[in-house]
Amino acid sequence: MSAAAWQRALPWIALAALAALPWVGAPPYWVTLANYIGIYAIVALGLVLLTGHAGLTSFGQSAFVGIGAYTTAYLATAAGLGPLATLAASVALTTASALVLGVITVRLSGHYLPLCTIAWCLSLFYAFGNIDALGKFDGLTGIPAFELGGWRLEQGRELFYLIWGFVALAVLALRKLLDSRPGRVVRALKKGALMEESCGIDTARYKLLAFVIAAMLAGISGWLYAYLQRAVNPTPFGLGYGIEYLFMAVVGGLGHLWGAIVGAALLTLVKDWLQGVLPALLGQTGNFETIVFGVAMILLLQRAPEGLWGAVARRVGRRPAPPPPAGTAPLPAQPQPPAGQPLLQLRAVRRTFGGLVAVNDISFGVASGEIVALIGPNGAGKSTLFNLVSGVLPLSAGEVHFDGRRVDGWAARRLARLRMGRTFQHVRLVPDMSVLENVMIGAHLRGQRGVLASVFGLNRAEEDSLRLEAARQLRRVGLGEHLDQDAGALALGQQRTLEIARALCLDPVLLLLDEPAAGLRHHEKQALATLLRQLRQEGLSVLLVEHDMDFVMGLAERLVVMDFGTHIAEGPPAEVRRDPKVQAAYLGADE
Amino acid sequence: MDASIAAILTLDGITTGAVYALLAISLVLVFTVTRVIYIPAGEFVAFGALTMAALQAGRAPPTALFTLGLGVMVFALDALAAVRAGSARGLLRSAGWNLVFPLAVWWLASLPALQQAGQLVQVALTLAVLVPAGPMLYRLCFAPVQQASVLTLLIVSVALHFALLGVGLVMFGAEGSRTLPLTDARWAIGAVQLSGQNLAVVLTSLAAMGALAAFFGRTLTGKALRATAVNRIGAQLVGIGPARAGRLAFAMAGVLSVFSGVLIGPITTIYYESGFLIGLKGFVGAIIGGLAGYPLAVAGALLVGLIEAFSSFWASAYKEVIVFSLIVPVLAWRSLTHRGMDEEDPE
Repeated sequence: MSAAAWQRALPWIALAALAALPWVGAPPYWVTLANYIGIYAIVALGLVLLTGHAGLTSFGQSAFVGIGAYTTAYLATAAGLGPLATLAASVALTTASALVLGVITVRLSGHYLPLCTIAWCLSLFYAFGNIDALGKFDGLTGIPAFELGGWRLEQGRELFYLIWGFVALAVLALRKLLDSRPGRVVRALKKGALMEESCGIDTARYKLLAFVIAAMLAGISGWLYAYLQRAVNPTPFGLGYGIEYLFMAVVGGLGHLWGAIVGAALLTLVKDWLQGVLPALLGQTGNFETIVFGVAMILLLQRAPEGLWGAVARRVGRRPAPPPPAGTAPLPAQPQPPAGQPLLQLRAVRRTFGGLVAVNDISFGVASGEIVALIGPNGAGKSTLFNLVSGVLPLSAGEVHFDGRRVDGWAARRLARLRMGRTFQHVRLVPDMSVLENVMIGAHLRGQRGVLASVFGLNRAEEDSLRLEAARQLRRVGLGEHLDQDAGALALGQQRTLEIARALCLDPVLLLLDEPAAGLRHHEKQALATLLRQLRQEGLSVLLVEHDMDFVMGLAERLVVMDFGTHIAEGPPAEVRRDPKVQAAYLGADE
Repeated sequence: MDASIAAILTLDGITTGAVYALLAISLVLVFTVTRVIYIPAGEFVAFGALTMAALQAGRAPPTALFTLGLGVMVFALDALAAVRAGSARGLLRSAGWNLVFPLAVWWLASLPALQQAGQLVQVALTLAVLVPAGPMLYRLCFAPVQQASVLTLLIVSVALHFALLGVGLVMFGAEGSRTLPLTDARWAIGAVQLSGQNLAVVLTSLAAMGALAAFFGRTLTGKALRATAVNRIGAQLVGIGPARAGRLAFAMAGVLSVFSGVLIGPITTIYYESGFLIGLKGFVGAIIGGLAGYPLAVAGALLVGLIEAFSSFWASAYKEVIVFSLIVPVLAWRSLTHRGMDEEDPE
């Protein structure tokens, strides 16, 4: 085994060593602590997915733990249900409540979800404490021991294996999920929604997915808690614990699954120690550990936001993606429309911002198999027009037709389904994902496998095909040597070409390129021009916004020139160059 | 419920609502200027009320030492930065604000003559003790990560709340306190007793809002803050530093939340941990207003006050459940009327 492979196996070896703990005569108190660490780690694992990857957060995970624990306690005591039934009910209830909270917040700005979880956690805490059937603030006691098919787990050291079995399962499932088609979408969420929406992805759905999975894990943790403690009361489900769960994930390293376990262990042990030391030191009783945790968390976020495991993972590095096996089926591509057919048409497209007319009744078209360049001096309204066509901004008036349909007012996501691919003027990619994974996001619409298939490993063939396609497009744009690098490590020009490869993975009929040559060196520009000519040969159409006149002159069939929001000239490059209006616009010459 | 009970509840609701409104304003101010969701504003409410209580009990408020401690840390950071930069520019000013001023206030607050010099002096002392802590906390906690995402700032904010909660327990213990009413005057209007305290709360809240409106509308500094709220980078380019705007926003939020504490202190018993819930109710109000506009935030906060007053009559045990569940229909409505996606630019 290589050194890197050893380092990757280390956490599993540690977990196996932990499994021996109850057998080697560890004191019962150690086993109790290990049980709590496992229960907390399951919650923190959900937060790694939600906060570390999806860029959302929740301070109210303790409320979901509470729902799981109270559901279990109530059904086991009042209805005498066994652990399988209580597990199903716990998961169902946490899922349902997460769905409600998620649906109302995922389309709003990112800070509404955490605020909502704070309010919800407080409200649920007081609800638990006031409902008669749930024993008010005294809670429910006398939960029967965990018993399944004659298998009775009563002691801490017996439940230990159940709890840590669930921890291992959660790590495995999340790891499979993160390295899959839905998982890549979740991992890219933290960089904003626009890029993924333009790949045809409904990002709100995936935010909801991450939130619901995190809540389900918290619900399972609550289920385990009820059988470990055999009694529940509202205290451990208050907001303070919800905040501590998030601290566990942050301390361990938000982007890392193993970090959740390390963080849970560290916080639990340090809290246990501080609760003994601090009251003696201060001469009064109370939860003074909050001071230490709060200050430590602020310092950590300021100085080492990657957390403990982040520092480890950076040294180990990324495992290269396995090349797709021979015989991998290529993704099916759809035929391109016959050359010369009208593909995109703008009719009197207008956009105003208050009194300012940024785009003033622009009309032009792009036929299939054609490269059209939109040029004009700074502030001419090119980028606004580009945003109108790509569904980022709504039109004030006018019509856009694409592929035989009227599409103005359509969101970017719907346009992608009609095979309109795009790049961004300010590059939008996920810097800590590999180049290959970034480009695979572009092929999202060409796969089907969802969460369950990914977790159970039924997505292999499709993953191979997606990888094959992404690698093919990357080789085509000249990034074949960089597949396993972090996308953020590429030079700016390379990042721009990565975006082209990502857009090509959509299998587009029309490619919208926003200043693709900016930041490219001379030979890179030439290579890009060659690539675009080759794409045209294959029947693809290209509409590009560009500053670099020389680059477009030799490439585009037709130029559309804008100045002050209006269309001032259109035609073959040589003709447009001679147009006195164009010369005036560019050189500032006056009549 | 008859009309007189309804009137009493409405009066109660407007009184607490006015206090929540001051908080809602300070939360919107801090959020728009610095993108920080200022959870610890609630701790300032509790610290304000408890500092007043300490003064009225003839004790030196422990918060004076707390602010001095923060000042020492800020000055140490400034001194370190000065050594690194090899220039002592601004160090004298920093020493003045972070060492001399809190030290002077600490000394003044420990003088029995001043502690017993009447409520106006007590209010002034309370503000002088606590308001500087706002900008100091900004400098210590938020300024080093001012470029980070809203999410990171929010986690820092919650961590700070966590730390201040513990500090509050150390300073004030678990016992609650109630301060003396600002006035004992009472008027009977029909069956309804109108207390001078209620009237004072509403009137001073209105005065504070008026002063704030004048500050934003009339003064250059106020306009600069508004500019920063609209466009942070643009404001920076025309010479409004984000650090200065941040300190100012935190100072103003400090004034508003400490003052809220002073107002609410005589109405209800305040414990070291009470501020959090009060602050969050201000948040619910601000969220009803979309965390953006001041008039809407005030209206939202008044609504929260009224709902709280009426639910304490009908279902007193579920008061908090009802108030905090209010956020669900509000967000659902915002989500339904919301067009497109909110996009926070990652850069």
